[in-house]
Order: sequence, then C-alpha cells, then structure tokens
Amino acid sequence: MDSALIPKGVKRCSIGQFILGIGLVGVVLLWGVFAMLLCWLKGLNQTNMNNAYGFAMWIWADLAVIALGGGAFFTGFLRYIIGKDELKNIINYAVLIGFICYSSALLILAIDVGQPLRGWFIFWHANVHSMLTEVAFCITCYFGVLCIEYVPLVLENRQIDKVPFFHNLSHNMHEIMAIFAATGTFLSFFHQGSLGGVPGVLFGRPFGFREGVFIWPWTFFLFIWSAAAAGPCFTILVTKITEAVTRKKLVKDNVIELLAKISGWMLLTYSIAKIADTWQWATATAPSKGFNLMDFYSNNPLYGIWVLILEIGICGVLPAIILVSNKGRKTAGALWAAVILASLGVCLNRWVMVLQVLAVPVLPFTNWNMYAPSWQEVATTILPVAYGVILIMFSYRYLPIFPQEQELNPVEPPAPQEQQAVSKPETPSDAQEAELKPAEA
Amino acid sequence: MLPFSFEWIWDMSHLVFHGGLWYALSIIGMGITFCILKAAYDTYKGKGSHHP
Repeated sequence: MDSALIPKGVKRCSIGQFILGIGLVGVVLLWGVFAMLLCWLKGLNQTNMNNAYGFAMWIWADLAVIALGGGAFFTGFLRYIIGKDELKNIINYAVLIGFICYSSALLILAIDVGQPLRGWFIFWHANVHSMLTEVAFCITCYFGVLCIEYVPLVLENRQIDKVPFFHNLSHNMHEIMAIFAATGTFLSFFHQGSLGGVPGVLFGRPFGFREGVFIWPWTFFLFIWSAAAAGPCFTILVTKITEAVTRKKLVKDNVIELLAKISGWMLLTYSIAKIADTWQWATATAPSKGFNLMDFYSNNPLYGIWVLILEIGICGVLPAIILVSNKGRKTAGALWAAVILASLGVCLNRWVMVLQVLAVPVLPFTNWNMYAPSWQEVATTILPVAYGVILIMFSYRYLPIFPQEQELNPVEPPAPQEQQAVSKPETPSDAQEAELKPAEA
Repeated sequence: MLPFSFEWIWDMSHLVFHGGLWYALSIIGMGITFCILKAAYDTYKGKGSHHP
C-alpha cells in the first residue's frame, strides 16, 4: 500500500504490522496526552511539586534528554568540524535522536510552564542575569538547527525527492550543513554548560555549590563534558535497539567502534575530572559551608553513599574502561553494558544535581525533603518516549536514515546471468525498478 | 527583546544575552534563506529536473 514511499532497495514490515506497532505505542502516547491536558486545564496542582520542589521530575527529564541528545551536536562536531568521515553513516540517526530529545525537552517545558501561552515571555521579557534565560535561548535556537538538519532527510523521501525544488533544497542544505553543525555546537556548548551552572551557583545549597573559573562553576564544564561523552553512547544504544527490533545490521561495526572509542575517552576523562571535582567539594568546598560529606548521604530513606558510587564508579569509570579497550568495544555484550551504564550514569547525574540538591536540608532545624512524582508527572514524562518511538518508526520506514542498510542487507541475491539476459529491461530506470518487487521495495 | 523596547537597557548583560541570540538567529535565518533562494534558482535553471 505504501511501497512507493519506502526507500529503494530496503525491506520493511507489512503496513498492517506497522499500523499495529504505531497503535500500541499510540495508547501510551494518548495516556501522556491525557495527563498533559489535565496539567494544562486544571493546573500544576496535578503534580507533587511544592515550595521545596519547584524543580521536579520534569526538570530532571529535561536535563536528562538534553544530555542524551548531546550525541547530535557532538557527532555533528566530529563529522563536520573535525572531519571524521566514517560518522556520515550514523549522523542521520544521531540527528533524529537529537531532534526527538530536544523537541521532548521543549514539550516538557511547555507543560512545566503551567501557562504555555506565556512561553514567549522568556524571550521578550528576558531576565538577563539568569543562566536559565541563556538555556531557553540556546535550546530554542538549537532546536531550529536540529529541524534544519532533519528536514533534508525528510526531503530525501523517495516521492518528495522527485520534486526538483525539494531535491535542490535538500542538496543545498547538505552543502552548507557544516555551518549549521558549527552553530549547533556553539549553542549546545552554552546551554549544556548553563544547565550545569545552575546548581553550581546555588551558594545557599552546599550540595550543589561549586567553585570555578570567573562566573562559571566547575559543574558548567562537567555538564558539557558528560553530555559529549554520554550522548554518543545513547546514539549507539538506540542504534543497537533498532537493530535488535528490526533484526538487521544497520551500521557497520567500524562506525560504531569509532564512536564508542571517542565516547570512551571522553567518558574516562570526564570521570577523572568528576572524581577530582567531588574530592575538592567533599574536602574543601562543603566543609567551608559547614557540611561534611556524609551529611549529604545519611538520615534519609533514599540517598545513601551508594548514589555517589553508582554514578561515578559503576556508571562512569566502568563503562569508560570498557569503551577505551579494543576488546570491550568488539564484544557485543560488553558494548551493550557500557552504553546502557553510560546513559544511566548521565541520567543519574542529572537526578542528583536537580532532585538531591533540593532534598538535602540546608538549616540545622530542617529535615530532608523527599519527593515522589504524581502519575500525571510520570505519564507526561513517558509521553516523549512514546512520541520518540513513533517518530523513529516513521523515519525508519520512509526515510533513508541508514546509508549502509542496503549494502548490509541485500534484498535478494543477484540473479544468474542467463536469467538476466532473458529478462533484460529496456531502459536503465526500468532496470532499477525491476530489481525489486513492489512489496519488497 | 529589541533595543527599541521600553524594557531595554544598554548594559553588558543585555548586549551579551540578546547579542548572542540575534547572532545565532541571524546565522540560522541567513543560512536557510540562502538554501531556499538557491534551490529556487537551481529549479528555475532546470537543475534536478532529470532526477527520477
């Protein structure tokens, strides 16, 4: 039914299976939309946020997806600025994942604002002393860049590409993509950093407060570093999940290994910097504010010292060691474990820097503020995941996301010479069409 | 916010924040405008029309 829209030379599931898949994920999406409408129509009383938790699950989700979407800017930087040409085979998917992550972040913010009709206030009535204003500016502009990077992929759809204007537009956008990639890197550098800078400048909350350089606390640089390290790991993870679901190899091993190796070194150097930062904070910064390290990890039902060990050791150093070793990258199980741990690690880091900062008591007579999200918060946080899965399903089906797919998964073996001579098509275009049956195309 | 807005103040914070915003928006806007205009010109010249 939709075979004319599917890229040439690749095989896709039947339209029935596809619609069934969309339907299943669509149910989850609708649940999230229902919760979103509740928040918009009834207000933020639908959440468990309160005076202690002005930042809650949504802000954690925002920071986490922005870090995980960092694969788009860092892979683009490596591909277009540094010139790692092999990464052209995964850059499309990195852009798609980045597009999903950043559109999700903006969607969550639109719910979190409470009155989305006033969303434009941050641009027109900007507080120019707030790091979050810079974050809003940069995220919005970078989402524009991601749209520009995603549009050529859409224009490469088999039918859209037949229109000369769209074909030329896609070609021209590819030609100057390096400019957009450089702009994206510039914007990502600042918004990832500013998100880290927010807890770092909270001098009234010693759990988050850090020293630094000029106006930037160390968390500013650590957030950029961790996003550049874990973002590509998430790109690899989603690629591997897509390969497992489609039961196809979509990207060659050398491409995955190159990205994994770069991620591994980024993660290793980040882990060393994070350990140094933690040591300085635990032995000098926090004591100067009247706190000991264990004050942040005791007398509460959730946050033990295990959080620190899990974040830095198990989800930081361990995957880094796996990814920098040649054997680790080449072993499928180890690679899976490393990219899962690295992705979890950056999410845990964002949780700690958003939620634990607010949980820790700052005065001798106050207690820990514990928080559990409401079902509306959970549903609206799962909503972008369902939306992302649906967008990946559509993009994979109708767009040439993986340039190596055709080579790695030939649809049918070449016909014997005799048979070819008998059924030789008359024109070259006929020959292309004749290679595939419509259903297979 | 633009300089003719009543809230605007000529200080470093406004220049850095809004200067950065306009700078990024200008690059994105000029880049995409160039692509669209060149695509229209190329199409007018018949480029890409042979594409299947």
